[in-house]
Amino acid sequence: MSDLIYKSALEMAEALQRGEVTSAELVNASLARIAEYNDVVNAFLTVDEEGARKTAEEVDALRAAGEELHPLAGVPIAIKDNIVTEGLDTTCASKILAGWKPPYDATVIAKIKEAKLPIVGKTNLDEFAMGSSTEHSAFGPTRNPWNTGLIPGGSGGGSAAAVASYMVPLALGSDTGGSIRQPGAFTGTIGVKPTYGAVSRYGLVALASSLDQIGPVARDISDAAALQELIAGHDELDSTSLPADPADLQGAIEDRLAQGGRGLRVGIVDQFLGEGFQREVQENFNRAVEDLREAGVEVVHVSCPSFDYALPAYYLIMPAEASSNLARFDGMRFGLRVVPDVPNPTASDVMKATREAGFGDEVKRRIILGTHVLSAGYQDQYYGSAQRVRTLIRQDLDKAFELADVLLAPSTPTTAFPIGARIDDPIAMYLNDVATIPANLTGVPAMSIPNGVDDSGLPTAMQVIAPVGADDQMYGVGALIESLVSKRVVAPPHAIVISEGDAK
Amino acid sequence: MTPNKQTYREATSKYDPVLGIECHVELNTNSKAFDNAPVQFGGQPNSAVTPTSAGLPGSLPTLNKKLVESGIRLGLALNCKIEQDSFFARKNYFYPDLPKAYQISQSNKPIAYDGYLDVELGDGEVFRVEIERAHLEEDAGKNTHVGGADGRIHGATYSLVDYNRSSVPLIEIVSKPLTGAGDRVAEVAAAYVQTLRDIAIALDISDARMERGNLRADVNVSLRPSPDAPFGTRTETKNVNSFRAIERAVEYEVARQADVLDSGELVFQETRHFHEEDGTTSSGRPKSDADDYRYFPDPDLPPVRPQIEWIEELRATLPEMPAAKRKRLRGEWKFTDLEMRDVVNAGALDLIDATVTAGATPAAARKWWMGELSRVANNEGVALAELAVTPLQVAELQGLIDSGALTDSLARQALDGVLAGEGDPAAVAESRGLVVVSDDGALTEAIQTVLAENPDVVEKIRGGKVQAVGALVGGVMKLTKGKADAARVRELIMEMLEQ
Repeated sequence: MSDLIYKSALEMAEALQRGEVTSAELVNASLARIAEYNDVVNAFLTVDEEGARKTAEEVDALRAAGEELHPLAGVPIAIKDNIVTEGLDTTCASKILAGWKPPYDATVIAKIKEAKLPIVGKTNLDEFAMGSSTEHSAFGPTRNPWNTGLIPGGSGGGSAAAVASYMVPLALGSDTGGSIRQPGAFTGTIGVKPTYGAVSRYGLVALASSLDQIGPVARDISDAAALQELIAGHDELDSTSLPADPADLQGAIEDRLAQGGRGLRVGIVDQFLGEGFQREVQENFNRAVEDLREAGVEVVHVSCPSFDYALPAYYLIMPAEASSNLARFDGMRFGLRVVPDVPNPTASDVMKATREAGFGDEVKRRIILGTHVLSAGYQDQYYGSAQRVRTLIRQDLDKAFELADVLLAPSTPTTAFPIGARIDDPIAMYLNDVATIPANLTGVPAMSIPNGVDDSGLPTAMQVIAPVGADDQMYGVGALIESLVSKRVVAPPHAIVISEGDAK
Repeated sequence: MTPNKQTYREATSKYDPVLGIECHVELNTNSKAFDNAPVQFGGQPNSAVTPTSAGLPGSLPTLNKKLVESGIRLGLALNCKIEQDSFFARKNYFYPDLPKAYQISQSNKPIAYDGYLDVELGDGEVFRVEIERAHLEEDAGKNTHVGGADGRIHGATYSLVDYNRSSVPLIEIVSKPLTGAGDRVAEVAAAYVQTLRDIAIALDISDARMERGNLRADVNVSLRPSPDAPFGTRTETKNVNSFRAIERAVEYEVARQADVLDSGELVFQETRHFHEEDGTTSSGRPKSDADDYRYFPDPDLPPVRPQIEWIEELRATLPEMPAAKRKRLRGEWKFTDLEMRDVVNAGALDLIDATVTAGATPAAARKWWMGELSRVANNEGVALAELAVTPLQVAELQGLIDSGALTDSLARQALDGVLAGEGDPAAVAESRGLVVVSDDGALTEAIQTVLAENPDVVEKIRGGKVQAVGALVGGVMKLTKGKADAARVRELIMEMLEQ
């Protein structure tokens, strides 16, 4: 039993189906692990022991009664705290939403509840998903289970750390500029941004609507595929949701593994090589490409010159949309309300005081930036030109996908960095996402896969980027890479490495 | 609120008034513009609200197709071009009744643009009002301020917000500046809004009731010294809620601005409020052209690209427009211009049309609706269309008269029964025992009684004043409780007096 917590979600599911374990036992093990380590790691903002146990008991009873259940029924899961869960705190790691219990469920949550996965809690993030280190949480940073002196990546550091520290086998994240993939890379987990529109955004508290995508966090690709199949599909409540039926991802994985590298052409994006990339990140990437070549994969080089402008374009579009999306947090209807100590305060006074007290520095920075880039006289110069860059990037990608089935790139320029190292340097922080952002700007699916470790033993990772709608192709290639690089990949440590000064 | 020094007519003789009107039409769709909450007037506050119309975090808008359809149909009716690459934008501003802190609206690519509306005044003169655009948007919620005087926010201790109206679909129609109307500008303003209302009702896209706020007009007025001078500074009088009020507001504002300009001062660009009780306007908030709503395409909603086939399909199903219908019916019915205008102003056109369709002659239908029924409606303070009588019943009443089964007077009594919910006219006549007395014996008896009571009238008639017979006929009608055939009574009286 004690070892089960280290198993994958699908292994847990099989054990449940064979009757070797109950969901209640799995949930207890998950809660025990959280109780043991969350004080240090701070992966969870809310732990719902009661709710998780209730679902587990229900699953066990239904299974005992011989009911047909979803394959993942009974497997514990964690949810990034910017995804709305009825009756359970949804804070977005912001003081402005502290204590808000939504009266409705996000579509992905409704699906998870229907499939009866016990939700053990809500995970930490950079406030409103703005950040690349989970240091911008109003409730303290999340720490990297590989070494608690390090950041776990952001903004989905909580979900990544929860999975990497074996508190849960599965979690949901949201990826606006790399917030699933970048923490995946820093914690040695699988992080997937599905095709934009493949998974409903209804109930995801919006950062930037045209970029946001909910996706799975797991420790292997098959688990991620099973979770994405569960949450994907058209949703009438989301107008940007794709009409297509969700792809058979697990089938695509089996097919690709059976076929090996034959008949596959991958493209290396030249813009993500060399300068700015840590030596070991580059070396491990090159080795993985070499492994693929040996497995019979054809490797070509592709050039996407517009990618050089992806980061600046992103940092115009994202804050512009964020400034509008976050305007509803005004102290009028939910969350924090601050009434300033002035005679006859007006609604405007209350809004100002609430936003001043409720938002952290990074959120304010982006709201101000976004308000500026949309303002009269600047709109075309900033927002308009960023949208034009977006079109160029899409065109570059279209051309690249004429030459290759999928594209490959490192996930991040470096491995995880120490807490506090970049907190006062927003530009350095923003650069973490340079390789993940193009996928968000164009809506294509992308996943991060661990591919080795650096000289200090920290995980490095690479991305598979596929054309719009080709999530199945991406999962297939991802599984092939996973099988080829497994010899160099180190699993997250079972015993969390607590750095000096971080002991409880 | 000081009275103006000069009159509206004096002002329009000195200055060229320029008019612009923005009309908000609330649509009668079943569900809201961007979510599936029902559209309802009144009701328990916040009972018609989803996470989306409450603007809850995580909620997303979805487009009501009927909203686009209504926009296209109205656009076509207003002779507009239909935009085939339209989109919804966010208009960002903070207000407590705006739950998302932005309104979903259309910005530089409205669904309909570049149209016109021909507006006919009371005397038949026609002004063409050019339409700049008609765009789709959602309404905000409603604030109720508690503790302030007259429900105003000033002095209120708290405010209640009702989101039942939040995301109710609206079409905003913006006119181009109308010039050259001179002293008829106020009439044009009112007639324009009235014509718009008629069209919205004919299209069945809105209830278009101003008193309920289904139709709201903001009236822009500016003056310039001559028709070739550049436009002057305008004011915007907000939410004027009746046709008469629109006319008065324009009249007041033209005269007020003329006073300001005459005294060498400048007109402030501002919003103004109209006061029903004395017909004046007063200053609201200053409004600059520099309001920065930071419009950008709403990333939650895909672009709106109506196919030409669909537009043409909608065009083919447009009903006859009210002006064309009036013109056609005036020809068919042979009413005078004056009669026709009275019919239209009374809101009786469609009722008469339906009554004629049910078999009555146009003259008889007009007589009923503009006569007895208008009197009843007026007494009860309701619109003609709200009376508890159908055009079919009116046609039936007339049929009973034509066949001689009822006299005019008996028919009016039968109508009373119909209005009281006693059933159709024939049934009422029967149950109330309304039978024409045409038995000469019975009539003769009554006539003799009346003749005996009115020897002076009899003398007059014998002396040649034949028209005095009316008084005697009236007496007989009274005696028979209106059941006599008046024509036959007159004949009998004349016969008896000639003897």
